[in-house]
Amino acid sequence: MAETHSLQDMRQQAAIAAKVFLQRDYTNGTVCQFQTKFPSELETRIDKQQFEETVRTLNNLYAEAEKLGSQSYIEGCLACLTAYTIFLCMETHYEKVLKKIAKYIQEQNDKIYAPRGLLLTDPIERGLRVIEVTIFEDRSLTR
Amino acid sequence: MQESVNCQYLALQLTPAIPVIGGVLFLFVLGTLLRTSFSDPGVLPRATPDEAADLERQIDVANGSTGYRPPPRTKEVVINGQTVKLKYCFTCKIFRPPRASHCSLCDNCVERFDHHCPWVGNCVGRRNYRFFYMFILSLSFLTIFIFAFVITHIILRSHQNGFLKALKESPVVVCFFSVWSIVGLSGFHTYLISSNQTTNEDIKGSWSSKRGKDNHNPYSHGNIFTNCCAALCGPLPPSLIDRRGFIQSDTPQLAPPTNGITMYGATQSQQSHMCDQDQCIQSTKFVLQAAATPLLQQQSSEPVILTASPENGGSLPGRTSLTLAGPCTSLPLGQPTPPTSTPSLSCHEATDMLPIHGHSHTHPLQEPLAHHHFLTPEEVPSPPGMLPCGSPMGHSHTMQASFFNPASQDSLHEDSVRGLVKLSSV
Repeated sequence: MAETHSLQDMRQQAAIAAKVFLQRDYTNGTVCQFQTKFPSELETRIDKQQFEETVRTLNNLYAEAEKLGSQSYIEGCLACLTAYTIFLCMETHYEKVLKKIAKYIQEQNDKIYAPRGLLLTDPIERGLRVIEVTIFEDRSLTR
Repeated sequence: MQESVNCQYLALQLTPAIPVIGGVLFLFVLGTLLRTSFSDPGVLPRATPDEAADLERQIDVANGSTGYRPPPRTKEVVINGQTVKLKYCFTCKIFRPPRASHCSLCDNCVERFDHHCPWVGNCVGRRNYRFFYMFILSLSFLTIFIFAFVITHIILRSHQNGFLKALKESPVVVCFFSVWSIVGLSGFHTYLISSNQTTNEDIKGSWSSKRGKDNHNPYSHGNIFTNCCAALCGPLPPSLIDRRGFIQSDTPQLAPPTNGITMYGATQSQQSHMCDQDQCIQSTKFVLQAAATPLLQQQSSEPVILTASPENGGSLPGRTSLTLAGPCTSLPLGQPTPPTSTPSLSCHEATDMLPIHGHSHTHPLQEPLAHHHFLTPEEVPSPPGMLPCGSPMGHSHTMQASFFNPASQDSLHEDSVRGLVKLSSV
């Protein structure tokens, strides 16, 4: 029988087998980037390409958030001129991208990672230090 | 006040626009100051226990673990052709990102740490550097403005009253020194911004060419304009900490997990620090009182966990030499009989709290510790039900009464009180 597991159910029912942490990659300076090295614990659970694709997309999104371009300069100058009161009305570019990232991670979890018994935690909840991948016990093996 | 006199005079003599402009500048300075003080400088939240355990495992695998605390852990990273060392922070249990540093005053790792500014009362880091810069820049305009008009005032007055009299009445010397120092500071920070360095890096000479031929700043964007724009108009990352959440008091670790620990938010965690310290100090006092007939047994410099549970109120473990930082080490202690209802206390945290990071700031908790030890208990919030009282003797009496079994320990009280007074008068 095909069972659909929601993420909530998964967290409650499944036991956590292990947690893998992807650390930050500082080779490009202080910009927020994560290491794309494929952790060995995930080898049995997910395709390497898929995983690296996810991490690369996240890296690109973070780079977009911190990008120094005309848009960010205009926003900065406008904010300064209005004594930063403009942020009462609108979000910063960075916050908008963070929302995009949250949505992306949610979507990836639902489509790809949850069916494989994995869960990606949004790095912002870990202070942008790590991407935490929670590996749940594989119940399918016990059936 | 001098300024108001000046203002009136100048407004009448020249133009009323002068105090208006001055007022506007002043409000701007105040605004940027408050913004700098109250914004999160870019605090990095402490690692969750899982993360910390994972890192420890990786490091142990790399090192081959030794028993005692291993040497400071570092990772090397090559950024733009420059080798940068990432240090491990023992307090926050993370590898610090490049340019981050642990501030011992705020007890946090701060991203792109510039310096801890005592005037502002906060660290200056990635998220509030632009506000700090605008503060000192506007303040330098304000001081130059004031200085210019002080000079004008003197000149105008000296036509009437004479030069020396006018000079005596005006705050020109103070103004001059303010202008010099503030403008100097602004100039320094302008230089730092244009070369994309932090005060920390500049002081250490991290990127100076004196260190090595190829030593250069890997973070600089190349030209001054880009560096300035990046520092002042670049994207402002949101705060990584939750400053309005409630602290969950967890295991004996002092650090609240991801909670706001800015200088002002720190009052919350600092208070919990202080409460532990105060309990510790209380327990010391009890011990000192009880040990009024000093049996000079032993004295060591090892911190000792002093626990006296309410239930047994029995004897403490054998070696009861208690050491807090600094002033307590010289106090000899005998074998005390602890009071029956003392809450259980652990004093090791007091010494644990002196972080030993390569940071030049003095730890402020040492001073209150030294200060508190010889203060009467009225300064100390715990234990409950204590009346603030002028004389230490009377106070310690009431304190003891609430804790000791008075019938059996009256004579001991007298002696201990005398002993306590003697010790505190040292």
